[in-house]
Amino acid sequence: MLFKHGVLALLDGEDRHGYDIKAAFQERTGGVWTVNVGQVYATLSRLERDGLVAEVDGASDDRRVYRITDSGRAQLTDWYTSPTGGEAPARDELALKVLLAIAADGIDVSNVIQSQRRARLEQLQGYTRQKAVADPVTDMAWTLLLDVFVLKAEAELRWLDLCEARLRHRDQELVK
Amino acid sequence: MSAVLVLDRVTKRHGDGRTVVDALVNISLSVKPGELVAVMGPSGSGKSTLLSLSGGLDTPSEGRVTIGDIDLGSRSISQLAAMRRRSVGFVFQDFNLVPGLSAIENVSLPMELDRVSLKSARSQAADALELVGLSDLAKRFPEELSGGEQQRVAIARAVVGERQLLLADEPTGALDTVTGENVMRLLRRSCDERKVATIIVTHNPTHAAWADRIVFLRDGHIVDQTAPTGPDVLLAERC
Repeated sequence: MLFKHGVLALLDGEDRHGYDIKAAFQERTGGVWTVNVGQVYATLSRLERDGLVAEVDGASDDRRVYRITDSGRAQLTDWYTSPTGGEAPARDELALKVLLAIAADGIDVSNVIQSQRRARLEQLQGYTRQKAVADPVTDMAWTLLLDVFVLKAEAELRWLDLCEARLRHRDQELVK
Repeated sequence: MSAVLVLDRVTKRHGDGRTVVDALVNISLSVKPGELVAVMGPSGSGKSTLLSLSGGLDTPSEGRVTIGDIDLGSRSISQLAAMRRRSVGFVFQDFNLVPGLSAIENVSLPMELDRVSLKSARSQAADALELVGLSDLAKRFPEELSGGEQQRVAIARAVVGERQLLLADEPTGALDTVTGENVMRLLRRSCDERKVATIIVTHNPTHAAWADRIVFLRDGHIVDQTAPTGPDVLLAERC
């Protein structure tokens, strides 16, 4: 995600200054991704240059307050309605490792799979401990983020199961 | 803290002669009070056999199974049945509730069979139903409950009274994602609050992750396990 979309989203409906944007971003996204104020103001400068936000005249204190423009709102709408992640998959190190291990002499691929599985499950246990103490109602952003991490880990674990099952099937077929 | 369940070098063999199959080989495992252990592994790896031996539903070919201070090998069949009613709770994928009995009757049944007075059995059953958040539905029959509610009744039945050990075979297998997670929260809670030692067999890694420890079986052997308490996930930026 480009941080500029986060800034536009926070300015949609409410004029804000940089500190306010920083705090609101962290609060709404479960506190996982922090930003510093310098990054916020650098982004605001670029957005202002591109006509997507404008400084509000006559703000009550010393801090500069920004408002989203019609162009900014159009770009934000475009971002919300465009699917994310449609690009070609990046090179996947785990997939490469397993595929190369299958073809390698002297490497026990089941050990490669199991060590990955154990590590990912330990990570999943950690996420789950945090889920256990999170209140899914009052801390929904954090809970939903944990759900994303859990489901991504689960996808990898299911792929590892599938690798193992396919290897077993192949070995049985080769014995016949 | 002494273990509730100990499997000491347990082997289980099926068949004989040329058709012998080792379902479990030299398994050692202990589970402490309040500990939740998940067992994972491919089909045929010995997960269900491990659960059956742990609950005294089957006997090992070699080795010893102990629940509390009772060596299961030293007990008669009727003594084992009585021990299971008092000390071990079972939870299955398909709930296994008695259709003609209400929720509270299902939960108190094992105690009534064990000649606990009706008043005491019902009182303890009510406590167990409260643990699983079903006090309001105590008089409902299984067919009047959702799948998740039926599984919660089954868990109440499994932990009612002084049960030390809970054995669950794919308890979330028939449930949707959120209901399955709620069942795992409940099992976690019964471990934490009642100090019930629990083994759960599951294919679902997301549910296994509620355990303190995950044991991996393959071809009847324990091939690996996660650290008892792994490092907390560091989402370092979270304030």
